[in-house]
Amino acid sequence: MTAAVVVFPGTNCEHDVVYALGLVGIESELVWHRETDLGRFDAVVLPGGFAHGDYLRVGAVARFSPVMAEVRRMAEEGQPVIGICNGFQIMCEAGLLPGALIANRDLAFICREVEVEVTDTDTVLTRGAEVGQRLRIPLNSFDGNYVDPSGTGRVVMQYVDDPNGSQGRAAAVANEAGNVVGIMPHPERAMEELLGSADGRVLMSAIAG
Amino acid sequence: MRVTVHVTRRPEIADPQGKAVSRALADLEYHNVREVRIDRTIHLDIDNDDPEEVHYQVDRMCAEVLVNPVLEDYVAEIHT
Repeated sequence: MTAAVVVFPGTNCEHDVVYALGLVGIESELVWHRETDLGRFDAVVLPGGFAHGDYLRVGAVARFSPVMAEVRRMAEEGQPVIGICNGFQIMCEAGLLPGALIANRDLAFICREVEVEVTDTDTVLTRGAEVGQRLRIPLNSFDGNYVDPSGTGRVVMQYVDDPNGSQGRAAAVANEAGNVVGIMPHPERAMEELLGSADGRVLMSAIAG
Repeated sequence: MRVTVHVTRRPEIADPQGKAVSRALADLEYHNVREVRIDRTIHLDIDNDDPEEVHYQVDRMCAEVLVNPVLEDYVAEIHT
């Protein structure tokens, strides 16, 4: 499997994602946001950062990057489409997932390890885990507060505590088919015990199927 | 033609920024402030003098990018 890791102007977690995928045996390649053909890839990851400066609203401008048509095609074809942090925000703006992400309840930029619980394993990101399994993963966001007035967002991971006010304590949300998953904490930063946690491995390795 | 788009957060969506300002006002002893909501105003200058066409265009721009219907409502004010 080869995954595309999309780089928007302002993306800053792309190298961590490439490193993390490599650790679990998934080849990947950085792809500039103006790319219009992702036909050679089997999966795509939208990494964290501040795409297009997060101007207007988080993810609002990135949604119009040329690469997004291909991301949408892959989502529709059932290939794994993963958005981490800012990538999750972009996927919501693009309508690939219901809802949106707004400022954290306490208006604080949260940068710490959090505990999340897997609540649904029928997705390309959580299929290697067990329901009820708890993972320690770093959270690093200002707009991490998930709101979904439609109530259709499928929460597949929940914060054990409630760091940011997310509806349903949602830490990760999937589409109905389970191939499109947005996650607010950073599994790619929880790949080495030496750095505090390797709990992200069970998620990153699941992308390969 | 100048246009002002008032973008307001839908009432059912929390406004953490408004909440924080509300707490600050309470700290300053303004205890009669019931609620604070902070909205966004977008000013546009469009090279077209037909209000109807401008209105149509602004609605489209709001639907496409300026407003997120999950979170926000808007009112476009056209200055003729």
